[in-house]
Amino acid sequence: MSDPKQKKTIKTIKIDVDKCHGCRACEMICSAFHAEPKYSSNNPARARIRVIRDPLRDVYVPVYAGEYTVAECAGRDKYTIEGKEYDECSFCRASCPSREDFKEPDSGLPLKCDMCEGEEEPLCVKWCTVDALVVEEREEEVEEQEEQEDLEVGLESLADKYGMDKILDAVARLSKKN
Amino acid sequence: MRYAETGFNLEIDLTRGNIERVATDPRDTELYLGGLGTNAKILWDRVPPDIDAFSPENLLIFGTGLLCGTTATGCNRTIVTTISPQTKLMAFSMMGGYWAPELKYAGYDKVILRGKSPDLVYLWINNDKVEIRDASHLQGKGAIETAELIKKELKQPKAQVSAIGLAGENRVYYATVEQGRSSASRGGIGAVMGDKGVKAIAVRGTQDINVARPAEFMALCYEVLDYIKWREDNPIPGVIPILAILGSPQEMAIHDEKWHTENFSWGNARLRRKGFWTEEVSDEWLETMTKARTRLISCYNCPVACGAAISMPGLPTYMMKCFTKLTYTMAAMSNLEFGLTIAQRATEYGVDGYSTPQVMAFALELLENGILTDKDFPGMPQDNEGRFFYLLDKIVNREGVGDILANGTHWAAEEIGNGADAYAHNNIKKHEQLPLKLSMLNPIYFLMYSTGEKINITQIEGQFPQAAFPKREHREKFVTDWFQVPDDRFKQYFLDWEPRGENSNPYYPTPEMACDIVDWQERMHYIDDALGMCAGLSSFHLKPPYHIHNIPKFLSAGAGFDMDEDKLSLAAKRYRTLVRAINIRRGLRRKDEKPPEDHWKKRFPELEKELLDTYYKFKGWNNEGIPTKDSLHELGLDFVSEDLIQRGILAAGEDTLSEEASAISDRQQN
Repeated sequence: MSDPKQKKTIKTIKIDVDKCHGCRACEMICSAFHAEPKYSSNNPARARIRVIRDPLRDVYVPVYAGEYTVAECAGRDKYTIEGKEYDECSFCRASCPSREDFKEPDSGLPLKCDMCEGEEEPLCVKWCTVDALVVEEREEEVEEQEEQEDLEVGLESLADKYGMDKILDAVARLSKKN
Repeated sequence: MRYAETGFNLEIDLTRGNIERVATDPRDTELYLGGLGTNAKILWDRVPPDIDAFSPENLLIFGTGLLCGTTATGCNRTIVTTISPQTKLMAFSMMGGYWAPELKYAGYDKVILRGKSPDLVYLWINNDKVEIRDASHLQGKGAIETAELIKKELKQPKAQVSAIGLAGENRVYYATVEQGRSSASRGGIGAVMGDKGVKAIAVRGTQDINVARPAEFMALCYEVLDYIKWREDNPIPGVIPILAILGSPQEMAIHDEKWHTENFSWGNARLRRKGFWTEEVSDEWLETMTKARTRLISCYNCPVACGAAISMPGLPTYMMKCFTKLTYTMAAMSNLEFGLTIAQRATEYGVDGYSTPQVMAFALELLENGILTDKDFPGMPQDNEGRFFYLLDKIVNREGVGDILANGTHWAAEEIGNGADAYAHNNIKKHEQLPLKLSMLNPIYFLMYSTGEKINITQIEGQFPQAAFPKREHREKFVTDWFQVPDDRFKQYFLDWEPRGENSNPYYPTPEMACDIVDWQERMHYIDDALGMCAGLSSFHLKPPYHIHNIPKFLSAGAGFDMDEDKLSLAAKRYRTLVRAINIRRGLRRKDEKPPEDHWKKRFPELEKELLDTYYKFKGWNNEGIPTKDSLHELGLDFVSEDLIQRGILAAGEDTLSEEASAISDRQQN
């Protein structure tokens, strides 16, 4: 067995909510980058970043899609920061049943930010010319862990929704057809 | 598959409550592009000249630009088109914000309203689900308040809402449609929406907008984005701050208002105040702005923050746009604090920031000069600022004299009589203008003011410097990286343009050059309005990121049809001519095409006649400003000439261009 601890470059996106103008270019470019084929379509509802935005109360919070979760929080708290009230969800990255964010609009499958793998920097950062989003890299020792594939996350959420039996039936039926 | 556009319009008959999703003809997109272009085609086809603004047969079209919803930066404009109650001509005011992309994502290119709802309603467009909903509980509510209430009751914080305030409900001739941080303000579009009984249109969309050649399209987007960043770091030297950078214009970020406050006129477009911008005023206004401005804000997918959220003590927050920052202040001869305070109420009411302050200053001038009397203003406060708040309330509620004033200075003067028309002195085509009163006639501006059918100078000017630069070396430096010109001859026009002497206003640029320059300026605005580009990144500015050389590529890669500069110019000319034809059919003639009498002190009737003659010929219009049969034929608009001939507006055999004029036009277009 090799040492489970490995050096890994961790990318952190630093979010400065005070600099955000609310243009949502981050959402737009994210949805375009993740389209198939790449850049062939635009639809912020597919974005893995959302600007939680309430201009009249001066609330601008860019949030990234994180882990899929099957259950919503029991109680959702409110924070007051510098006189402005925020839902707890405004800072939460979960793809969760309580909101429509971070799910494919047609299938309902969960979305997760992948830092635009293959690009020199996440495109939301590149398109945020006011520097509300800035990327920072640091090295950290982390335990090696298998990343869950998109497919697996999707299947898991489908299983949560419909039950594993139905999923297996459907897969069996589809493979017969093909 | 349709690219850039959805290929569907939403047709709503308010009288019957009927909603239809109608497929559009892709050939129309190639001919008229989208936005303003296809709006104009629909208006020509479906609204004959005997239909007035408040007739149920009038259409109110909310059209999205062809490239809205794509990654093209700053492409987010909604073009609202109808017949104006004030000018009785085609109105096509536009707004930025977030509404147009949202409508595209919901699956529609346009919302076309016809008929009248018996009760006040709002529309809720949620992808394929479209509802007409009761709005009786929203009656009298402010435009911003309405948007908030609708989002709350629908539990849809991400919905985008276009709404009217009380002014629209009461059919004030200069009522607006408010949305996000923007509004469609000119021409009284909000009054038509109110007349149709529609308080608001809320939209939410979660569908895709496709582009034809993604990699190519993205490369173009990056070119533009990089250039925007470069321009931000490299402002143009030697011009006023708002022209040096991009934005439309960046009124909220830039504090130095020396140019506006000293060059624009105060009161009822009367008084130039040279030396107004003292250090004291500068400090006071900076403090007011700093306290009021909570954040600079952008429209959808645009890095340039031209707007600001404004919070005045004790008042709800609102979003300020462009020059409304100063119009109330200057009309009332007051300070910035007053301007920002009254603009909050005006925004909720939903009234145009150009017309409204001017109408109020006009009313007070009539009072000072005994044409109106104290009896016309019962209960009016004594203090200056109080009187403006009083008048705003009276106008929007159409109470007493406010009912007359609500029709704008032209119609109010006509109704009041007794010499009141001399005070309605700052109109073009019955529409209030920016309060500019200058000395020497500028031939380029003469043509733009006279013939612009958006009837608003900021919506035709741009690209070419507003005045000659003092030194040749500055001009030479300016043209070195001026790649946006359609042809190098424009550089020469500018290089030879002197502030004084033989090559100066009014005789230089020559009429031929002036025609060429104005045609370019206007063309770029019309292109923007079809594509949904913001003029602040394009037509309004010197050396903008979008220009005649890259826009055709955006269209080819984005919308998927072959486009080049000539084809694009021809398309823009086609729907620009269609706008003219709509207005000609509604009675517009040469006599209407003139700037306010007092716009310049030094006027040159013979030169002005020559300018207009030359421009009409250049455009392919006859001496009355009517497009000729031949020029309509060249644009594929034979259906227009047939209609105009049938109505007796054009004679069947006349009006071919003289050879001389054709030669000029050929030379300059090639």
